[in-house]
Amino acid sequence: MIRDVFASSSLRPQERKTGTRVLTALLLACTMLAAVLPAFAAVDPLPFKDRAEELRFQALTKQLRCLVCQNESLNDSSAPLAADLRRDVFEQMRAGKSDAQIKEWLTARYSDFVLYDPPLRGGTWLLWFGPLLVLGAGGIAVFFTVRRRAKVLPAGDASVRPASDVEDDW
Amino acid sequence: MNTRLLPFAGFVLVLALLGFGIWWSSTHDLREVPSPLIGKPAPAFALPLLDDPSKTLGSRDLAGQPYLLNVFASWCFACRDEHPILMAEGKRLGIKLVGFNYKDEPTDAKRWLAQYGDPYDVVVADLPGNVAIDFGVTGAPETFLVDAQGVIRYKYISPITPAIIATELLPRIAAMKKATP
Repeated sequence: MIRDVFASSSLRPQERKTGTRVLTALLLACTMLAAVLPAFAAVDPLPFKDRAEELRFQALTKQLRCLVCQNESLNDSSAPLAADLRRDVFEQMRAGKSDAQIKEWLTARYSDFVLYDPPLRGGTWLLWFGPLLVLGAGGIAVFFTVRRRAKVLPAGDASVRPASDVEDDW
Repeated sequence: MNTRLLPFAGFVLVLALLGFGIWWSSTHDLREVPSPLIGKPAPAFALPLLDDPSKTLGSRDLAGQPYLLNVFASWCFACRDEHPILMAEGKRLGIKLVGFNYKDEPTDAKRWLAQYGDPYDVVVADLPGNVAIDFGVTGAPETFLVDAQGVIRYKYISPITPAIIATELLPRIAAMKKATP
């Protein structure tokens, strides 16, 4: 394709070749940069002692919300505060604290806001069970609708059933 | 009741819920991180002074009198908006105004204060940002009102406005002064 573009131009063959080469090199550089960029998103390499510690750290920071870029997790965010908090979380892990203790430490400063998974307590029951309530209400509505229709159209009595689809009622 | 109206009732209910959501999000800042520290003692700290890093100022030195802790930084755009208001009205508060220089190069902070004026009684510097995390700071500017017992009474995120000073800060300060004359 690139060759075609150059072929249609009025450049001499030698210039054409150089131009193609420069373009190819440029494209290659862009592709490589794009491949490497995600690695620069959050640059603060932490000295993990083994893979297990790293995995625990990743799992924990993915459950925590960055307070600056609020739809990013602490694990993803490149905000300076997120880097500070990652460092704190890491140091506390090293100090032998459990995940629950680290979360407690964070919520004492930043409230439940820092947790992606809100804890179940008085103020959050609607959040947890609201969808169930809606589902239950829907279930009750469907139950009564079906029962009412069953009365109008007794089961098995196909002759009473209108030719058109029952859905037309809606 | 006509059961045919049930779907309509459900629709109205959903509409009301969505309307409530719109109203709630337009009257509340959903990005604002609530502070669990209000009504609790301010975290103990000791930080170097911006002017003289060999000296420190801590929560112990500030105990016994109410103070306003204002988180600012030279890199913070919103602090530029807030700054003239602190310059004009800071003294009116009648309490100590403590500047909390957050994650800022001391030379930049000093230049910023020299350029725009220094409204603070004293400025402490938190370059690594550790004390800020203890205070639950998410950025600058943020302002904490601490009473004589060292308890955080009020927190405000984003630039202080004259309205906030008049309606939130001054009444609280007056109440504090009445409680401990």
